Amino acid sequence: MQDILESLRGAVALIFSADPVLGGIVLLSLKVSLSAVVFATLLGLPVGAAIAVGRFPGRHTIVVLLNALMGLPPVVVGLVVYLLLSRAGPLGELGLLFSPPAMVIAQTILILPIIAALCRQAVEDAWIEYQEQLRSLGAQGVRAALTLIWDIRFSLLTAVLAGLGRASAEVGAVMIVGGNIDGVTRVMTTAIALETSKGDLPLALSLGIVLITLVLLLNAAAFGLKEAAQRRYG
Amino acid sequence: MSGMRAPSSILPLVLHEVSYAAGGRNVVDRVSFELAPGPRTVILGANGAGKSVLMRLMHGLLRPTSGEIVWGERDPDRLRQRQAMVFQRPVMLRRSALANVVYALKLARVADAEKIALAALEAVGLARLAQRPARVLSGGEQQRLALARAWSLRPQVLFLDEPTANLDPTATREIESAIAAVHAGGTKIVMTTHNLGQARRLGDEVLFIHQGRLVERSPVEQFFRQPASAEAAAFIKGELPWV
Repeated sequence: MQDILESLRGAVALIFSADPVLGGIVLLSLKVSLSAVVFATLLGLPVGAAIAVGRFPGRHTIVVLLNALMGLPPVVVGLVVYLLLSRAGPLGELGLLFSPPAMVIAQTILILPIIAALCRQAVEDAWIEYQEQLRSLGAQGVRAALTLIWDIRFSLLTAVLAGLGRASAEVGAVMIVGGNIDGVTRVMTTAIALETSKGDLPLALSLGIVLITLVLLLNAAAFGLKEAAQRRYG
Repeated sequence: MSGMRAPSSILPLVLHEVSYAAGGRNVVDRVSFELAPGPRTVILGANGAGKSVLMRLMHGLLRPTSGEIVWGERDPDRLRQRQAMVFQRPVMLRRSALANVVYALKLARVADAEKIALAALEAVGLARLAQRPARVLSGGEQQRLALARAWSLRPQVLFLDEPTANLDPTATREIESAIAAVHAGGTKIVMTTHNLGQARRLGDEVLFIHQGRLVERSPVEQFFRQPASAEAAAFIKGELPWV
């Protein structure tokens, strides 16, 4: 008990001392995860929307697959990206392994199914409701799609935040493809794993506190935004 | 009657042996009739008789499995813009009541959309709720808004699919008087209902649908006084206690 309290005291002191090492790790984590979210959103929203409104053979299989991929194990994603990017791999010449871009690639692959699947669900529900009305009013194709996406923008934001939450909290993928190199590819989750095994509990704990606080703030913001939107737009 | 509006009217609407199959059976079964400008047409029938599907076929939301639907107007854009539909459950976009009407007007490339939209809201008694989010309005208000949105487009034909099925008596009266006003403005009304009282109040003629078939077409007075078909007689008898 004494140990925990002491670690906690050390952690709080670290956070408020604006420790540059701690700051660097937090900043890199945000950079990597936010980049992954941007790429996964740019890819996932159109893909999800297309699956939602498209009617083509194999659609059900793709929907099931997409939903299943939401639970993709990060270490497996890390392993696959590692194989692709390693010297002998097909993309080895790019020399990306053990660099932040490799971590962005791995996290993008990890959260792409989450964003695409949640977007697919939201768009499909809305499409069922709006389809006839929009067609009756003469909105078709791109115009109808834009109306739909704008109308459910807050649900889509939730999908994107779910992706961000997953990306910032996972450790397996970034550990394998990033290598947890001090000052280069060390992010919050890999640092926590390392410092815990080394026994530097204050640093591990302070990173944990920052991570949880960030995730909490994100979710509170998302919740507040959705509530406000609900009140404002119904 | 047709001479008055013939040059620009999209009517008549002619259905020839129209069928629509779903789930292995004809929901609409070889239906033929012609709709001319003027009288308010009520499509009457029990739940599941095929009224809503028939209306969607006429409005162009569904394609007939067999048979032909021919309008007086051949230009598809003009045809679409000159008709509107109010659904049983109004679908409102997540924006203000006014913006919902403006959206429809802008799609139809109508100039002065804001002004026309406000006038339409005024006409159905929703002007004071113009800035409210459409989705937080009550069911009756939303349906009046749907009516305002459809009517603001100045359609020659307005389809209404059980527009008061989910509403209380007060809201129903408000919708019915709004429909009457739209008709007085020269719009052809085509409405489905399973409510005999409503058919009586709002209809000039009745198309009675039974199991996907058009069983009878009569002026409304005659339909209720002396239905020509046994099915219609049974429906009137069976339904009356609940009207």
